[in-house]
Amino acid sequence: MPGGSGPVADSHSRDVILARIRGALGDRPAPRPVPRSYERSRDFPSVLDLFAERVADYRAIVHRVTDPVEMIRSTLAGKRVAVASDAPPDWLVPDVTWLREPLTNADLDTCDGVLTGCAVGIAETGTIILDGGVAQGRRALTLLPDYHLCVVRADQVEGTVPEALARLEPTRPLTFISGPSATSDIEMDRVEGVHGPRTLEVLIVDGGTA
Amino acid sequence: MGDTTRNPVTWLGSPAFPTAAKTALADDQLRRNLKHATGLIRTKRAGAVAELADWEQLRLSGEAIKDDVLANLDTYLLRFEESVTARGGTVHWAKDAAEANEIVLRLAREAGADEVVKIKSMATMEIGLNDALQAGGVTPIETDLAELIVQLGNDRPSHILVPAIHRNRTEIRDIFKATMPGTEDLTNEPVELAAAARAFLRRKFLSAKVAVSGANFGVAETGSVVVVESEGNGRMCLTLPETLITVMGIEKLVPTWQDLEVFLQLLPRSSTAERMNPYTSVWTGVTPGDGPRNFHLVLLDNGRTDTLASTVGRQALRCIRCSACLNVCPVYERTGGQAYGSVYPGPIGAILAPQLGGDMHDKHAASLPFASSLCGACFEVCPVRIDIPSVLVHLRAKAVEAKPRYSPEAIGMAAMSWVMAGPRRFHVAQRLAVAGRLLSRGGKIRKLPFPGSKWTNSRDLPAPAKESFSAWWKRTRG
Repeated sequence: MPGGSGPVADSHSRDVILARIRGALGDRPAPRPVPRSYERSRDFPSVLDLFAERVADYRAIVHRVTDPVEMIRSTLAGKRVAVASDAPPDWLVPDVTWLREPLTNADLDTCDGVLTGCAVGIAETGTIILDGGVAQGRRALTLLPDYHLCVVRADQVEGTVPEALARLEPTRPLTFISGPSATSDIEMDRVEGVHGPRTLEVLIVDGGTA
Repeated sequence: MGDTTRNPVTWLGSPAFPTAAKTALADDQLRRNLKHATGLIRTKRAGAVAELADWEQLRLSGEAIKDDVLANLDTYLLRFEESVTARGGTVHWAKDAAEANEIVLRLAREAGADEVVKIKSMATMEIGLNDALQAGGVTPIETDLAELIVQLGNDRPSHILVPAIHRNRTEIRDIFKATMPGTEDLTNEPVELAAAARAFLRRKFLSAKVAVSGANFGVAETGSVVVVESEGNGRMCLTLPETLITVMGIEKLVPTWQDLEVFLQLLPRSSTAERMNPYTSVWTGVTPGDGPRNFHLVLLDNGRTDTLASTVGRQALRCIRCSACLNVCPVYERTGGQAYGSVYPGPIGAILAPQLGGDMHDKHAASLPFASSLCGACFEVCPVRIDIPSVLVHLRAKAVEAKPRYSPEAIGMAAMSWVMAGPRRFHVAQRLAVAGRLLSRGGKIRKLPFPGSKWTNSRDLPAPAKESFSAWWKRTRG
């Protein structure tokens, strides 16, 4: 075995690669300015209707509610459910056993599910984006449990991918979720449920509580 | 020393494409599996793309953004390195496969791991990382379902997106039953097969100290890295272990965060034909309290700078590994991916593998640009508008130049140029060619004597006409 490539070998390679690049670009290609004539926003009749429809297309369960608390109670009653340490107090209804951070991986692996909020939604693609902000917790929280209930407020939903990305802080840890965990690896046909939560349930909250 | 070692982007000992294709074409099961899978994904992709009225504008943007990255690659790499480092990541540079493998192995050992969990990554497949880790005493565990099928079946990948596309559900069930404990009663239902993989890998995810990933995109401006996936095995690897090692080709950059708005529309619809893939993860360096505490990024050259030097060929570096070109290719649909003898099969592989390998004297690599009918379907579906047919033609010329001066083709061409240089010689030759009809049956010549056999080995030749055009002209108008 060679004696390992420490930082010294690395930095030598850095110089070599940069020199190769400069040599390869000897013809000084001048790229055209980047055209941005694609649509940044689209004229959807109802962004919220579209979001609900497209999330459901991934075989996620979708509810439209004016107040999430009743639905949280009826969906989670009797279960052991993980939440972020800053989950809104009114979500923590008494009929549920709440597991609050800090939690171990074993706790997350054996609980019945997780309840979170989100940062942004994308209607056109039926996507929910988590950024570790309020009520979302760290990334493992929404990964190990087999069931994820996610509360999305109407004002969090954007129409298109460009509109949604513009609302995000890129240096936060981000997770884009479009339906439950799935695979197309067997005969290129989509099957729901591999390593992430096999059930995704979404509460779209429209009216009053924002 | 790394400079003289063979680039593992093509598999050692692979036969030239025509030979491998002949074997593949004789496999009925393989052809049925491929026809079913590629047919399905073609139809779905067309639907997903038709939904966006501005698809063509997105392609034009994607092409231009990547061209800008390539034209200023040194600047963007340095910016990216600075951003990653500022956020607590460590950046390594690897000239070639051997060096990248050495770095990853050393980092895994330093983290005290005898096992690493892996996310499907073309870059780590290209450098043969699994073999290098295994040889160094670290066991790599593939966690993507298709990669797991390939690994457990002791097989080779045959598709960029779906490495086990050549296997149907029953074959997959048989592989699982033979290799996973407790799967005696497994049926061939995809849902059950996925559940078996979930149970098998869950313990690995929870105990692994080190994960190895590739990257779909790196954002120069912010140092963010993006991994696009479906199953959640990626999220497991990116989130649970203490140490994350990401191997990323130097061309995977985009300049700004905003640029992702183009690629996160182009990639899922081209690749799995979905509006969006189930999971996309974005991380920037290290985030205290969330995910790995150590993040290492290995920037990989391995033939990319050589490819960059070719003004025609460099556009191959725009590739975002969606695999749409494989699914529409009439050659790929019939031969499958393994016939290409490289981790990059199909049309993109036919231009990428020989360029990364950088040795047109290698008969196998030199045969790949000929694995195409130049129909152009690959260019039409490419989300970053790589003109694959033009690069194929360019590489065919390179392959011919690399041949010995006295190859049958060179001799034939020299003879042809002598014949065509004088009208008398040309007339004699035409009369001789008409005599060639004697070799034909049903209007086709299937086998010419040497050196013509070099031509007819891989294609039939139409029989010459009974009469040449000039003879006909003389007879009827002369």
